[in-house]
Amino acid sequence: MINWANFVSQLFNGLVLGALLALIASGLTIIYGTLGVLNLAHGAMFMLGGYAGWLAYTYTNSFVVAVIAGSLFVMLVGVIMERGIIRYFYSRPHEDQLLVTFGLGMVFVETVRFFFGSLSKTVPPPPGLVGITPLGFMFYPTYRLALLGIVLVALLALYLVLYRTRIGMVVRAGIEDSAMVGALGIDVYKVFMLVFGIGALAAGFAGIVNAPVVSIAPDVGEAILVQTFTVIVIGGVGSFPGAVLGGVIAGEIISLTSMFNPGYSHVMLFVAMTLVLVLRPYGLLGTAGRE
Amino acid sequence: MSSPLLEVDHINSYYGDSHILFDVSLEVNKNEVVALLGRNGAGKTTTLNTLIGFVRPRSGRVVFDGTLTHNLQPHAIAQLGLQLVPEGRRIFGNLSVEENLVLAGLTAKNRWPLERAWEIFPRLRERRRSPGTDLSGGEQQMLAIARALVRQPKVLLLDEPFEGLAPIIVRDLLATCRALAEGGQTILIVEQNTTAAMTLADRAYILNNGHIVDALSAQSLRAHPELLHTHLGV
Repeated sequence: MINWANFVSQLFNGLVLGALLALIASGLTIIYGTLGVLNLAHGAMFMLGGYAGWLAYTYTNSFVVAVIAGSLFVMLVGVIMERGIIRYFYSRPHEDQLLVTFGLGMVFVETVRFFFGSLSKTVPPPPGLVGITPLGFMFYPTYRLALLGIVLVALLALYLVLYRTRIGMVVRAGIEDSAMVGALGIDVYKVFMLVFGIGALAAGFAGIVNAPVVSIAPDVGEAILVQTFTVIVIGGVGSFPGAVLGGVIAGEIISLTSMFNPGYSHVMLFVAMTLVLVLRPYGLLGTAGRE
Repeated sequence: MSSPLLEVDHINSYYGDSHILFDVSLEVNKNEVVALLGRNGAGKTTTLNTLIGFVRPRSGRVVFDGTLTHNLQPHAIAQLGLQLVPEGRRIFGNLSVEENLVLAGLTAKNRWPLERAWEIFPRLRERRRSPGTDLSGGEQQMLAIARALVRQPKVLLLDEPFEGLAPIIVRDLLATCRALAEGGQTILIVEQNTTAAMTLADRAYILNNGHIVDALSAQSLRAHPELLHTHLGV
Protein backbone atom coordinates (compact mmCIF):
# COMPACT_ATOMS: atom_id res chain seq x y z
CA MET A 1 0.00 0.00 0.00
CA ILE A 2 1.18 3.46 -0.79
CA ASN A 3 1.47 5.78 2.14
CA TRP A 4 0.24 9.07 0.65
CA ALA A 5 2.10 11.37 3.02
CA ASN A 6 5.24 9.48 2.19
CA PHE A 7 4.42 9.68 -1.52
CA VAL A 8 3.99 13.46 -1.48
CA SER A 9 7.15 13.83 0.53
CA GLN A 10 9.04 11.74 -2.03
CA LEU A 11 7.50 13.79 -4.80
CA PHE A 12 8.98 16.87 -3.13
CA ASN A 13 12.34 15.15 -2.70
CA GLY A 14 12.24 14.33 -6.39
CA LEU A 15 11.61 17.95 -7.26
CA VAL A 16 14.52 19.13 -5.11
CA LEU A 17 16.86 16.50 -6.55
CA GLY A 18 15.52 17.26 -10.03
CA ALA A 19 16.22 20.98 -9.74
CA LEU A 20 19.71 20.22 -8.49
CA LEU A 21 20.34 17.78 -11.36
CA ALA A 22 18.95 20.35 -13.78
CA LEU A 23 21.50 22.90 -12.60
CA ILE A 24 24.45 20.49 -12.79
CA ALA A 25 23.26 19.16 -16.15
CA SER A 26 22.94 22.69 -17.55
CA GLY A 27 26.64 23.13 -16.94
CA LEU A 28 27.51 19.82 -18.54
CA THR A 29 25.23 20.35 -21.52
CA ILE A 30 26.42 23.86 -22.44
CA ILE A 31 30.03 22.67 -22.21
CA TYR A 32 29.33 19.68 -24.43
CA GLY A 33 27.17 21.72 -26.80
CA THR A 34 29.76 24.43 -27.31
CA LEU A 35 33.13 22.70 -26.99
CA GLY A 36 32.05 19.25 -28.15
CA VAL A 37 33.83 17.81 -25.12
CA LEU A 38 31.92 15.60 -22.70
CA ASN A 39 33.41 16.58 -19.36
CA LEU A 40 33.61 13.38 -17.32
CA ALA A 41 35.20 15.40 -14.50
CA HIS A 42 31.93 17.26 -14.02
CA GLY A 43 30.86 15.05 -11.10
CA ALA A 44 34.24 15.54 -9.43
CA MET A 45 33.78 19.30 -9.86
CA PHE A 46 30.46 19.05 -8.05
CA MET A 47 32.37 17.32 -5.25
CA LEU A 48 35.10 19.99 -5.30
CA GLY A 49 32.46 22.67 -4.79
CA GLY A 50 31.29 20.88 -1.67
CA TYR A 51 34.81 20.54 -0.24
CA ALA A 52 35.89 24.09 -1.08
CA GLY A 53 32.72 25.36 0.54
CA TRP A 54 33.17 23.11 3.57
CA LEU A 55 36.74 24.36 3.99
CA ALA A 56 35.61 27.98 3.77
CA TYR A 57 32.86 27.18 6.27
CA THR A 58 35.23 25.69 8.82
CA TYR A 59 37.24 28.93 8.77
CA THR A 60 34.43 31.48 8.64
CA ASN A 61 31.33 29.69 9.99
CA SER A 62 29.42 31.51 7.30
CA PHE A 63 27.24 29.56 4.89
CA VAL A 64 27.12 32.45 2.44
CA VAL A 65 30.91 32.65 2.32
CA ALA A 66 30.99 28.89 1.86
CA VAL A 67 28.67 29.08 -1.15
CA ILE A 68 30.61 31.91 -2.76
CA ALA A 69 33.99 30.27 -2.11
CA GLY A 70 32.84 26.85 -3.32
CA SER A 71 31.36 28.24 -6.54
CA LEU A 72 34.20 30.56 -7.42
CA PHE A 73 36.87 27.99 -6.61
CA VAL A 74 35.35 25.45 -8.99
CA MET A 75 34.90 28.10 -11.67
CA LEU A 76 38.59 28.89 -11.33
CA VAL A 77 39.46 25.19 -11.53
CA GLY A 78 37.33 24.99 -14.67
CA VAL A 79 39.03 27.92 -16.37
CA ILE A 80 42.52 26.63 -15.50
CA MET A 81 41.57 23.14 -16.66
CA GLU A 82 40.28 24.48 -19.98
CA ARG A 83 43.26 26.76 -20.61
CA GLY A 84 45.85 24.32 -19.36
CA ILE A 85 44.65 20.98 -20.68
CA ILE A 86 41.27 20.69 -22.41
CA ARG A 87 42.03 23.15 -25.22
CA TYR A 88 44.80 20.90 -26.49
CA PHE A 89 42.18 18.21 -27.02
CA TYR A 90 39.67 20.10 -29.18
CA SER A 91 41.05 18.65 -32.38
CA ARG A 92 41.82 15.25 -30.86
CA PRO A 93 39.46 12.25 -31.13
CA HIS A 94 36.53 12.01 -28.71
CA GLU A 95 38.13 9.00 -26.98
CA ASP A 96 41.09 11.16 -25.98
CA GLN A 97 38.77 13.85 -24.64
CA LEU A 98 36.86 11.30 -22.58
CA LEU A 99 40.07 9.81 -21.22
CA VAL A 100 41.57 13.13 -20.23
CA THR A 101 38.44 14.43 -18.48
CA PHE A 102 37.88 11.06 -16.79
CA GLY A 103 41.50 11.11 -15.64
CA LEU A 104 41.21 14.66 -14.33
CA GLY A 105 38.13 13.61 -12.38
CA MET A 106 40.13 10.81 -10.73
CA VAL A 107 42.93 13.23 -9.91
CA PHE A 108 40.45 15.59 -8.23
CA VAL A 109 38.84 12.78 -6.22
CA GLU A 110 42.13 11.27 -5.05
CA THR A 111 43.65 14.66 -4.25
CA VAL A 112 40.72 15.45 -2.01
CA ARG A 113 40.94 11.99 -0.42
CA PHE A 114 44.66 12.52 0.18
CA PHE A 115 44.16 15.80 2.01
CA PHE A 116 40.83 15.28 3.74
CA GLY A 117 40.41 11.52 3.99
CA SER A 118 37.52 9.31 2.94
CA LEU A 119 35.23 10.15 5.85
CA SER A 120 32.31 12.33 4.98
CA LYS A 121 32.07 15.98 6.00
CA THR A 122 28.98 17.94 6.83
CA VAL A 123 28.08 21.56 6.38
CA PRO A 124 25.10 22.58 8.53
CA PRO A 125 22.34 24.61 6.94
CA PRO A 126 22.47 28.34 7.67
CA PRO A 127 20.73 29.45 10.87
CA GLY A 128 17.09 30.16 10.17
CA LEU A 129 16.87 27.30 7.70
CA VAL A 130 17.32 24.48 10.20
CA GLY A 131 14.56 22.19 11.41
CA ILE A 132 11.32 21.35 9.72
CA THR A 133 8.49 23.38 8.27
CA PRO A 134 4.84 22.35 8.47
CA LEU A 135 3.25 22.43 5.03
CA GLY A 136 -0.23 21.67 6.31
CA PHE A 137 -0.42 18.14 5.03
CA MET A 138 3.12 17.20 5.98
CA PHE A 139 6.31 18.33 7.64
CA TYR A 140 9.28 18.98 5.42
CA PRO A 141 12.93 19.83 6.21
CA THR A 142 13.23 23.61 6.00
CA TYR A 143 16.58 23.62 4.25
CA ARG A 144 15.37 21.28 1.50
CA LEU A 145 12.53 23.66 0.87
CA ALA A 146 14.99 26.55 0.76
CA LEU A 147 17.30 24.52 -1.49
CA LEU A 148 14.54 24.24 -4.04
CA GLY A 149 14.22 28.03 -4.03
CA ILE A 150 17.99 28.57 -4.14
CA VAL A 151 18.44 26.24 -7.10
CA LEU A 152 15.47 27.71 -8.95
CA VAL A 153 16.96 31.19 -8.54
CA ALA A 154 20.30 29.88 -9.85
CA LEU A 155 18.55 28.31 -12.85
CA LEU A 156 16.72 31.56 -13.49
CA ALA A 157 19.99 33.47 -13.33
CA LEU A 158 21.55 31.04 -15.80
CA TYR A 159 18.53 31.43 -18.05
CA LEU A 160 18.79 35.23 -17.95
CA VAL A 161 22.49 35.12 -18.76
CA LEU A 162 21.93 32.73 -21.67
CA TYR A 163 18.84 34.39 -23.15
CA ARG A 164 19.03 38.05 -22.19
CA THR A 165 22.69 39.02 -22.53
CA ARG A 166 25.06 39.36 -25.44
CA ILE A 167 27.44 36.87 -23.89
CA GLY A 168 24.55 34.42 -23.64
CA MET A 169 23.71 35.05 -27.27
CA VAL A 170 27.27 34.18 -28.27
CA VAL A 171 27.15 31.03 -26.12
CA ARG A 172 23.83 29.89 -27.64
CA ALA A 173 25.21 30.49 -31.12
CA GLY A 174 28.37 28.60 -30.16
CA ILE A 175 26.35 25.62 -28.98
CA GLU A 176 24.80 25.47 -32.45
CA ASP A 177 27.82 26.13 -34.65
CA SER A 178 30.99 27.34 -32.97
CA ALA A 179 32.98 27.39 -36.22
CA MET A 180 30.50 29.82 -37.74
CA VAL A 181 30.75 32.02 -34.65
CA GLY A 182 34.48 32.18 -35.35
CA ALA A 183 33.86 33.12 -38.98
CA LEU A 184 31.88 36.11 -37.68
CA GLY A 185 34.99 37.51 -36.03
CA ILE A 186 34.40 36.22 -32.50
CA ASP A 187 37.29 34.41 -30.82
CA VAL A 188 35.66 31.07 -30.07
CA TYR A 189 38.47 29.99 -27.77
CA LYS A 190 37.60 32.83 -25.41
CA VAL A 191 33.99 31.71 -25.61
CA PHE A 192 35.07 28.14 -24.83
CA MET A 193 36.94 29.28 -21.72
CA LEU A 194 33.95 31.29 -20.58
CA VAL A 195 31.54 28.42 -21.16
CA PHE A 196 33.77 26.00 -19.30
CA GLY A 197 33.94 28.47 -16.43
CA ILE A 198 30.15 28.90 -16.31
CA GLY A 199 29.58 25.15 -16.54
CA ALA A 200 32.06 24.52 -13.73
CA LEU A 201 30.47 27.27 -11.66
CA ALA A 202 27.08 25.56 -11.95
CA ALA A 203 28.56 22.26 -10.74
CA GLY A 204 30.48 23.86 -7.89
CA PHE A 205 27.51 25.90 -6.73
CA ALA A 206 25.32 22.79 -6.74
CA GLY A 207 27.99 20.92 -4.79
CA ILE A 208 28.07 23.36 -1.90
CA VAL A 209 24.34 24.18 -1.66
CA ASN A 210 23.60 20.45 -1.57
CA ALA A 211 26.13 19.82 1.20
CA PRO A 212 23.67 20.40 4.09
CA VAL A 213 21.36 17.75 2.55
CA VAL A 214 23.82 15.03 1.62
CA SER A 215 27.13 14.99 3.45
CA ILE A 216 30.15 15.26 1.21
CA ALA A 217 32.70 12.56 0.51
CA PRO A 218 35.41 12.28 -2.16
CA ASP A 219 33.32 10.00 -4.39
CA VAL A 220 30.02 11.87 -4.03
CA GLY A 221 30.33 13.07 -7.62
CA GLU A 222 30.31 9.64 -9.25
CA ALA A 223 26.59 8.97 -8.90
CA ILE A 224 25.89 12.60 -9.75
CA LEU A 225 27.86 12.32 -13.00
CA VAL A 226 25.90 9.25 -14.07
CA GLN A 227 22.58 10.89 -13.21
CA THR A 228 23.56 14.15 -14.91
CA PHE A 229 24.57 12.30 -18.03
CA THR A 230 21.18 10.60 -18.27
CA VAL A 231 19.54 13.98 -17.69
CA ILE A 232 21.13 15.54 -20.76
CA VAL A 233 20.43 12.47 -22.88
CA ILE A 234 16.77 12.55 -21.82
CA GLY A 235 16.45 16.31 -22.25
CA GLY A 236 18.49 16.67 -25.43
CA VAL A 237 22.20 17.33 -25.63
CA GLY A 238 23.10 21.02 -25.80
CA SER A 239 19.63 22.17 -24.77
CA PHE A 240 19.24 24.26 -21.60
CA PRO A 241 15.45 23.79 -21.40
CA GLY A 242 16.12 20.10 -22.05
CA ALA A 243 18.47 19.95 -19.06
CA VAL A 244 15.79 21.45 -16.84
CA LEU A 245 13.05 19.11 -18.04
CA GLY A 246 15.36 16.09 -17.97
CA GLY A 247 16.50 17.03 -14.47
CA VAL A 248 12.99 17.08 -13.06
CA ILE A 249 12.11 13.80 -14.78
CA ALA A 250 15.27 12.10 -13.52
CA GLY A 251 14.81 13.49 -10.01
CA GLU A 252 11.26 12.17 -9.77
CA ILE A 253 12.17 8.77 -11.19
CA ILE A 254 15.00 8.33 -8.68
CA SER A 255 12.96 9.60 -5.79
CA LEU A 256 9.74 7.71 -6.47
CA THR A 257 11.54 4.45 -7.23
CA SER A 258 13.48 4.77 -3.99
CA MET A 259 10.18 4.69 -2.15
CA PHE A 260 9.71 1.08 -3.24
CA ASN A 261 13.27 -0.11 -3.67
CA PRO A 262 16.27 2.25 -3.71
CA GLY A 263 18.31 -0.38 -5.51
CA TYR A 264 16.19 0.05 -8.60
CA SER A 265 16.31 3.83 -8.85
CA HIS A 266 19.19 3.87 -11.35
CA VAL A 267 17.72 0.94 -13.24
CA MET A 268 14.51 2.89 -13.75
CA LEU A 269 16.52 5.95 -14.76
CA PHE A 270 18.29 3.96 -17.46
CA VAL A 271 14.98 2.48 -18.58
CA ALA A 272 13.68 6.01 -19.06
CA MET A 273 16.82 7.03 -20.92
CA THR A 274 16.59 3.97 -23.17
CA LEU A 275 12.94 4.74 -23.94
CA VAL A 276 13.83 8.30 -24.89
CA LEU A 277 16.70 7.12 -27.06
CA VAL A 278 14.41 4.69 -28.87
CA LEU A 279 11.46 7.04 -29.30
CA ARG A 280 13.22 10.40 -29.62
CA PRO A 281 16.93 9.84 -30.23
CA TYR A 282 17.76 13.56 -29.98
CA GLY A 283 16.19 13.85 -26.53
CA LEU A 284 12.88 15.39 -25.52
CA LEU A 285 13.87 18.97 -26.35
CA GLY A 286 16.96 18.35 -28.46
CA THR A 287 17.31 19.15 -32.12
CA ALA A 288 18.31 16.77 -34.85
CA GLY A 289 21.63 16.97 -36.57
CA ARG A 290 23.99 17.22 -33.64
CA GLU A 291 27.01 15.00 -33.69
CA MET B 1 48.93 48.36 -61.12
CA SER B 2 48.11 48.02 -57.44
CA SER B 3 48.36 44.62 -55.82
CA PRO B 4 45.17 42.53 -55.62
CA LEU B 5 42.98 42.78 -52.53
CA LEU B 6 43.01 39.01 -52.16
CA GLU B 7 45.87 36.94 -53.48
CA VAL B 8 45.98 33.17 -53.28
CA ASP B 9 49.40 31.82 -54.10
CA HIS B 10 49.93 28.12 -54.82
CA ILE B 11 47.97 26.73 -51.90
CA ASN B 12 47.74 23.00 -51.19
CA SER B 13 44.93 21.99 -48.85
CA TYR B 14 44.07 18.61 -47.38
CA TYR B 15 41.20 17.00 -45.51
CA GLY B 16 43.03 14.52 -43.34
CA ASP B 17 45.21 12.66 -45.79
CA SER B 18 43.20 13.56 -48.89
CA HIS B 19 44.88 16.15 -51.05
CA ILE B 20 42.06 18.46 -52.19
CA LEU B 21 43.66 21.63 -53.60
CA PHE B 22 46.75 21.47 -55.82
CA ASP B 23 48.76 24.68 -56.20
CA VAL B 24 45.65 26.80 -56.46
CA SER B 25 46.39 30.42 -57.29
CA LEU B 26 43.90 33.19 -57.89
CA GLU B 27 43.47 36.91 -57.42
CA VAL B 28 40.58 39.14 -56.60
CA ASN B 29 40.93 42.88 -57.15
CA LYS B 30 39.06 45.60 -55.32
CA ASN B 31 35.50 46.20 -56.62
CA GLU B 32 35.66 43.04 -58.71
CA VAL B 33 33.27 40.10 -58.83
CA VAL B 34 35.10 36.86 -59.47
CA ALA B 35 33.44 33.49 -59.96
CA LEU B 36 34.98 30.16 -59.10
CA LEU B 37 33.33 27.50 -61.21
CA GLY B 38 33.68 23.77 -61.23
CA ARG B 39 31.91 20.49 -60.82
CA ASN B 40 30.79 18.98 -57.57
CA GLY B 41 33.85 17.98 -55.60
CA ALA B 42 36.23 20.14 -57.61
CA GLY B 43 37.42 21.89 -54.44
CA LYS B 44 35.43 25.13 -54.62
CA THR B 45 34.16 25.04 -51.05
CA THR B 46 37.56 23.89 -49.81
CA THR B 47 39.07 26.94 -51.47
CA LEU B 48 36.70 29.26 -49.61
CA ASN B 49 37.18 27.32 -46.36
CA THR B 50 40.93 27.75 -46.75
CA LEU B 51 40.53 31.49 -47.29
CA ILE B 52 38.43 31.94 -44.17
CA GLY B 53 40.71 29.73 -42.05
CA PHE B 54 38.48 26.68 -41.53
CA VAL B 55 41.11 24.68 -43.40
CA ARG B 56 44.79 25.49 -43.03
CA PRO B 57 46.78 24.98 -46.23
CA ARG B 58 49.89 22.79 -45.93
CA SER B 59 51.79 25.02 -48.33
CA GLY B 60 51.34 28.21 -50.26
CA ARG B 61 50.21 31.58 -48.99
CA VAL B 62 47.17 33.79 -48.85
CA VAL B 63 47.60 37.55 -48.75
CA PHE B 64 44.54 39.56 -47.86
CA ASP B 65 44.75 43.34 -47.97
CA GLY B 66 48.49 43.21 -47.33
CA THR B 67 48.35 40.67 -44.48
CA LEU B 68 49.43 37.04 -44.65
CA THR B 69 46.33 35.18 -43.48
CA HIS B 70 46.85 31.49 -44.22
CA ASN B 71 48.02 30.75 -40.65
CA LEU B 72 45.44 32.89 -38.88
CA GLN B 73 42.35 31.71 -36.99
CA PRO B 74 38.96 32.30 -38.67
CA HIS B 75 38.00 35.05 -36.24
CA ALA B 76 41.21 36.96 -36.95
CA ILE B 77 40.65 36.65 -40.70
CA ALA B 78 37.04 37.79 -40.33
CA GLN B 79 38.20 40.79 -38.33
CA LEU B 80 40.43 41.80 -41.24
CA GLY B 81 37.33 42.05 -43.41
CA LEU B 82 36.92 38.72 -45.16
CA GLN B 83 33.41 37.37 -44.68
CA LEU B 84 31.99 34.00 -45.69
CA VAL B 85 28.38 33.29 -46.59
CA PRO B 86 28.71 29.54 -46.17
CA GLU B 87 27.23 26.69 -48.10
CA GLY B 88 24.03 25.60 -46.41
CA ARG B 89 23.69 29.12 -44.89
CA ARG B 90 24.53 28.00 -41.33
CA ILE B 91 22.37 30.61 -39.68
CA PHE B 92 21.78 30.21 -35.95
CA GLY B 93 18.36 28.58 -35.63
CA ASN B 94 18.03 29.20 -31.90
CA LEU B 95 18.69 32.91 -32.34
CA SER B 96 16.14 35.32 -33.76
CA VAL B 97 16.76 37.04 -37.09
CA GLU B 98 17.76 40.19 -35.25
CA GLU B 99 20.06 38.32 -32.85
CA ASN B 100 21.81 36.70 -35.81
CA LEU B 101 22.61 40.16 -37.16
CA VAL B 102 23.57 41.66 -33.81
CA LEU B 103 25.91 38.71 -33.17
CA ALA B 104 27.55 39.23 -36.55
CA GLY B 105 28.16 42.90 -35.82
CA LEU B 106 29.68 42.39 -32.35
CA THR B 107 33.31 42.49 -33.43
CA ALA B 108 33.02 44.45 -36.68
CA LYS B 109 35.01 47.65 -36.80
CA ASN B 110 32.36 49.45 -38.86
CA ARG B 111 29.04 47.74 -38.68
CA TRP B 112 25.84 48.59 -40.41
CA PRO B 113 22.93 49.79 -38.35
CA LEU B 114 20.20 47.14 -38.55
CA GLU B 115 18.10 49.62 -40.55
CA ARG B 116 20.47 49.21 -43.48
CA ALA B 117 19.97 45.43 -43.49
CA TRP B 118 16.19 45.87 -43.28
CA GLU B 119 16.31 48.23 -46.29
CA ILE B 120 18.03 45.62 -48.43
CA PHE B 121 15.91 42.74 -47.15
CA PRO B 122 12.53 44.14 -46.02
CA ARG B 123 11.32 40.59 -45.56
CA LEU B 124 13.83 40.12 -42.73
CA ARG B 125 12.48 43.16 -40.91
CA GLU B 126 9.03 41.54 -40.88
CA ARG B 127 10.56 38.40 -39.42
CA ARG B 128 13.05 40.04 -37.08
CA ARG B 129 11.70 38.28 -33.98
CA SER B 130 11.37 34.83 -35.57
CA PRO B 131 13.90 32.17 -34.67
CA GLY B 132 16.17 31.19 -37.54
CA THR B 133 14.64 27.71 -37.69
CA ASP B 134 11.28 29.19 -38.74
CA LEU B 135 12.64 30.84 -41.88
CA SER B 136 12.14 29.55 -45.39
CA GLY B 137 15.19 28.65 -47.46
CA GLY B 138 15.09 31.98 -49.28
CA GLU B 139 14.77 33.93 -46.04
CA GLN B 140 17.64 31.96 -44.52
CA GLN B 141 19.82 32.86 -47.48
CA MET B 142 18.85 36.53 -47.16
CA LEU B 143 19.79 36.36 -43.49
CA ALA B 144 23.08 34.62 -44.26
CA ILE B 145 23.98 37.38 -46.73
CA ALA B 146 22.76 40.15 -44.42
CA ARG B 147 24.76 38.64 -41.56
CA ALA B 148 27.92 38.98 -43.65
CA LEU B 149 27.05 42.45 -44.94
CA VAL B 150 26.48 44.04 -41.52
CA ARG B 151 30.21 43.57 -40.95
CA GLN B 152 30.94 45.68 -44.05
CA PRO B 153 33.40 43.11 -45.41
CA LYS B 154 36.11 44.13 -47.81
CA VAL B 155 35.59 40.85 -49.64
CA LEU B 156 32.41 38.81 -49.55
CA LEU B 157 32.79 35.07 -50.15
CA LEU B 158 29.56 33.54 -51.42
CA ASP B 159 29.38 29.74 -51.35
CA GLU B 160 26.53 28.41 -53.50
CA PRO B 161 24.14 31.21 -52.54
CA PHE B 162 21.44 30.07 -54.98
CA GLU B 163 21.53 26.38 -54.17
CA GLY B 164 18.13 24.81 -53.60
CA LEU B 165 16.15 28.02 -54.02
CA ALA B 166 13.12 28.63 -56.22
CA PRO B 167 13.89 30.48 -59.49
CA ILE B 168 11.94 33.56 -58.45
CA ILE B 169 13.96 33.84 -55.24
CA VAL B 170 17.20 33.30 -57.14
CA ARG B 171 16.19 36.19 -59.41
CA ASP B 172 15.62 38.51 -56.43
CA LEU B 173 18.85 37.52 -54.70
CA LEU B 174 20.72 37.95 -57.95
CA ALA B 175 19.35 41.46 -58.28
CA THR B 176 20.44 42.21 -54.71
CA CYS B 177 23.93 40.85 -55.39
CA ARG B 178 24.17 42.88 -58.58
CA ALA B 179 23.21 46.04 -56.71
CA LEU B 180 25.91 45.25 -54.15
CA ALA B 181 28.48 44.72 -56.90
CA GLU B 182 27.51 47.97 -58.59
CA GLY B 183 27.95 49.66 -55.23
CA GLY B 184 31.56 48.45 -55.28
CA GLN B 185 31.33 45.34 -53.09
CA THR B 186 34.15 42.94 -53.91
CA ILE B 187 32.81 39.40 -54.24
CA LEU B 188 34.24 35.93 -54.79
CA ILE B 189 31.37 33.62 -55.68
CA VAL B 190 31.28 29.85 -55.92
CA GLU B 191 28.23 28.54 -57.73
CA GLN B 192 26.96 25.47 -59.55
CA ASN B 193 24.44 27.66 -61.31
CA THR B 194 26.94 28.92 -63.86
CA THR B 195 24.45 31.10 -65.71
CA ALA B 196 23.49 32.95 -62.55
CA ALA B 197 27.10 33.34 -61.46
CA MET B 198 28.20 34.67 -64.84
CA THR B 199 25.54 37.38 -64.91
CA LEU B 200 27.34 38.77 -61.85
CA ALA B 201 30.99 38.04 -62.44
CA ASP B 202 33.63 40.05 -64.26
CA ARG B 203 35.95 37.05 -64.45
CA ALA B 204 35.91 33.37 -63.69
CA TYR B 205 38.36 30.69 -62.68
CA ILE B 206 37.64 27.10 -63.56
CA LEU B 207 38.53 24.54 -60.90
CA ASN B 208 38.80 20.90 -61.85
CA ASN B 209 39.87 18.14 -59.45
CA GLY B 210 41.61 20.68 -57.24
CA HIS B 211 43.51 22.36 -60.07
CA ILE B 212 42.81 25.77 -61.60
CA VAL B 213 42.57 24.82 -65.26
CA ASP B 214 41.54 28.13 -66.79
CA ALA B 215 40.93 31.80 -66.09
CA LEU B 216 38.44 33.58 -68.29
CA SER B 217 36.93 37.01 -68.63
CA ALA B 218 33.16 37.35 -68.69
CA GLN B 219 33.34 38.64 -72.27
CA SER B 220 35.23 35.64 -73.55
CA LEU B 221 32.82 33.34 -71.72
CA ARG B 222 29.86 35.05 -73.32
CA ALA B 223 31.55 34.91 -76.72
CA HIS B 224 32.58 31.28 -76.31
CA PRO B 225 30.10 29.48 -74.07
CA GLU B 226 31.52 26.20 -75.37
CA LEU B 227 34.55 26.84 -73.13
CA LEU B 228 32.39 26.04 -70.13
CA HIS B 229 31.12 22.88 -71.78
CA THR B 230 34.65 21.71 -72.31
CA HIS B 231 35.65 22.31 -68.71
CA LEU B 232 32.49 21.52 -66.81
CA GLY B 233 30.62 19.22 -69.13
CA VAL B 234 27.46 21.30 -68.70
